[in-house]
Amino acid sequence: MPGTHPDVVVIGAGALGAATAWFATRAGLTVEVVERGSIVSGTTSACEGNLLVSDKEAGPELDLALLSHQLWRGELGEFGGLWEFEEKGGLVVAATAGGMAGLTELTERQRAAGIDVREVAADEIHDFEPHLTPDLAGAAFYPQDCQVQPMLMAAHLLRLARELGARVRTGTTVTGFLRDGDRVTGVRTDRGDIAAGHVVNAAGTWAGELAALAGVEVPVLPRRGFILVTEPLPPTVFHKVYAGEYVASTQSSDEGLQTSTVIEGTRAGTVLIGSSRERVGFDRTVSLPALREIAGKALALYPGLAPVALMRTYLGFRPYCPDHLPVIGTDPRAPGLAHVAGHEGAGIGLSVGSAKLLVEAMTGATPTIDITPFRPERFSLQEVS
Amino acid sequence: MVEFDLAVVGAGPAGLSAAVTAAEHGLRVALVDAGTQPGGQFWRHPDEQHPRPDEGRGQHLWSRFTDLRARLHGLESAAATTGRIELVSGHQVWFVEPAGEGFALHLTAVHGETRLPRVRAAALVLCPGGYDRQLPVPGWELPGVMAAGGVQALLKAHRSVAGRRAVVAGTGPFLLPVATGLAEAGAEVVAICEAGSLSGWARRPIDAAAVPSKALEAVEYAALLAKHRIPYRMRTVVTAIHGETEVGAVSVGRLDRSGRLRTDVSLPDLDVDLVAFGWGFTPSLELITAVGASTRVDVDESLVANVDDWQRTDVPGAYVAGEATGVGGALLAIAEGELAALAASRDAGRPVSEASVRRLQRQIARGRRFAAAMHRAHPVPAGWQDWLRQDTTVCRCEETTLGEICDARRELGATDARTVKLLARPGMGWCQGRVCGFAAAKLAKPVGEALTTSDLAPLAKRTFAAPVSLETLATAPTESDGAT
Repeated sequence: MPGTHPDVVVIGAGALGAATAWFATRAGLTVEVVERGSIVSGTTSACEGNLLVSDKEAGPELDLALLSHQLWRGELGEFGGLWEFEEKGGLVVAATAGGMAGLTELTERQRAAGIDVREVAADEIHDFEPHLTPDLAGAAFYPQDCQVQPMLMAAHLLRLARELGARVRTGTTVTGFLRDGDRVTGVRTDRGDIAAGHVVNAAGTWAGELAALAGVEVPVLPRRGFILVTEPLPPTVFHKVYAGEYVASTQSSDEGLQTSTVIEGTRAGTVLIGSSRERVGFDRTVSLPALREIAGKALALYPGLAPVALMRTYLGFRPYCPDHLPVIGTDPRAPGLAHVAGHEGAGIGLSVGSAKLLVEAMTGATPTIDITPFRPERFSLQEVS
Repeated sequence: MVEFDLAVVGAGPAGLSAAVTAAEHGLRVALVDAGTQPGGQFWRHPDEQHPRPDEGRGQHLWSRFTDLRARLHGLESAAATTGRIELVSGHQVWFVEPAGEGFALHLTAVHGETRLPRVRAAALVLCPGGYDRQLPVPGWELPGVMAAGGVQALLKAHRSVAGRRAVVAGTGPFLLPVATGLAEAGAEVVAICEAGSLSGWARRPIDAAAVPSKALEAVEYAALLAKHRIPYRMRTVVTAIHGETEVGAVSVGRLDRSGRLRTDVSLPDLDVDLVAFGWGFTPSLELITAVGASTRVDVDESLVANVDDWQRTDVPGAYVAGEATGVGGALLAIAEGELAALAASRDAGRPVSEASVRRLQRQIARGRRFAAAMHRAHPVPAGWQDWLRQDTTVCRCEETTLGEICDARRELGATDARTVKLLARPGMGWCQGRVCGFAAAKLAKPVGEALTTSDLAPLAKRTFAAPVSLETLATAPTESDGAT
């Protein structure tokens, strides 16, 4: 690739890479995206497209979610139709009185942190979701929870970035980095070198391997998940509906199979039914026990779905970090290198806030919110000061 | 819990032959089949509960079937110690799970069954067969457009004629039995539109002569076409289907030597109420990919299983026979099924006749040469996209148009079939790309580029080999439960 010398090379054409390309080009930078496979071919193509605030507690991830929510509705609002943006709201349900007590405590903390949440009494649940089982103790409604179609979102952000001059090279694998001492000055690929002012690691679940190529540790690991996809149905599930235990499971670090119910309808009429979490590396074997448990728990909430046919499943690998926070920012251990990865199951929703913060960090702009909780070097025993 | 030495999936020519041969070599065999009675698509026939003397009418190799069926019924009541077959009819395999050194097949329940059937076996012979390959054409979503195999299935099983005035179109020798079957049943067949020129056969006479019975069949068909005055038009294609609520007429066009649509030839429309399309066959690969066996692209650009000259896949204990190793017809499938059974028997420590093995291997090699020659003589024409329009539906389940596929490529930057599917949804619907998969994969590539395994394999992988209800999945026993 002779002659190209972009300001920024973004590695990875998933949701995070696409959002970074968009915000960087909007900031006036020249951008080149390199992707070893096809666009949107990794975890972006195997997830639900959640933009949730309801599963967050006060803290840096919630701040990032609220920033992202603002961007989805504001700066990116005009494009919402392209990626099926829908402010459908989330309904978290509790099966028992004890579960409802826990949910009430959570919602009080969340309300204090700025989340819009309303308690829903057991006899009002039917008004939100007529097909939910009547055997519930109560629920909480989160009007800010949204949904996008993640593949369309990432593909359109890449297209919009291309229209502003960005280049996207698929089928191009990064094999190493150009260095000037500690400094990263570009990437080596199987199709030639690209020198750049900044290199952004947006390689998703594979970001840890890529960081290792640059000699820095960024502990992003895979957490496998399955989603069941039904045949197209008439409107049946109107909100994002999930069981109260879901919040606990997103924050859990257990090794074994965990499942917690998340159900939602899509524009195409299919119903997506999740979710499972397993630490099994990059094993792509379909696990019948995991699928069975997801199906069983979904039927406990929506017994009427029993005869509905399943057409396919998604299998994906969430990129998670040991402290369940993403990695966002420039890397002082390898100046010139920056990371935006490790969002676990929330990467679609948090992609835009993360990309905006990263571009601010790369251009020296004042950060919209505090980015230091996400600093990539936080896992090192001795942080570089 | 039932334990078997061997599970055979599919009771068509390959599967029947495999099950009978394996049981005759002493194996305890489960023969699992979606149909209510054995025979598969090739030997689909009227309900045996109401026997009729003419049940073999319109069939080919029927005596091979009645022989296999008689042996099957004998083996169903044989002693388990000497080899026996348990026929599990009316069940589809929806999932394959590893079970110790073997496999557990999860089957769909039939009405009234409360426990979900599961078959565990030390080895598998997969004989899933295939179905008609389809290409999109403007108007093909109208009622009255059918797969040639669907038309034939109605004839064979129910003696039911799908229309009164038919055109049979596409390419390949399978168009002949469908057209003559319709005519024998009383329909008027206004034309067979064969896209190929058949000059390919003459160029490879040795391959075509390799299977003598095929030449004989051709003579029979020529006589039937003459008897029913069915015009056989070569290098001719249906380019559009017209009608408000159902098929009323079709436009036809002529191809040049390179398979492109000639613009200098104008042919009159044909008034028909039935269009039967067949562009060769697509093998069913769900179970082959589910067990993890590797695949390759055959001469006809179908994804097929990789097998060695014993029908073994690269997964220990998994064998494949019939169309899923490469579309080649019933005779070849019968031989492959028999060889797979001999291989499975030998691998299970049973003595088998080396002479039989060598005879079958020679027969299969001949059959493969013939099949390759047939595929070369009946390619999907190079110009099949010439008569599509931007608003032509490619995926009928998701109503994805050609224009939407072009947008996914040009506007959104999709560079392969999987990404086109993710962004424009062809193959995402009810049939999971079984109908449009080939066309969608071709349309995702530059015109004229051949398909590769990496184009087709991601589209052929389906978690559920058959649709399964949430309730079935939620109550399925799994190997992780331990002994039950």
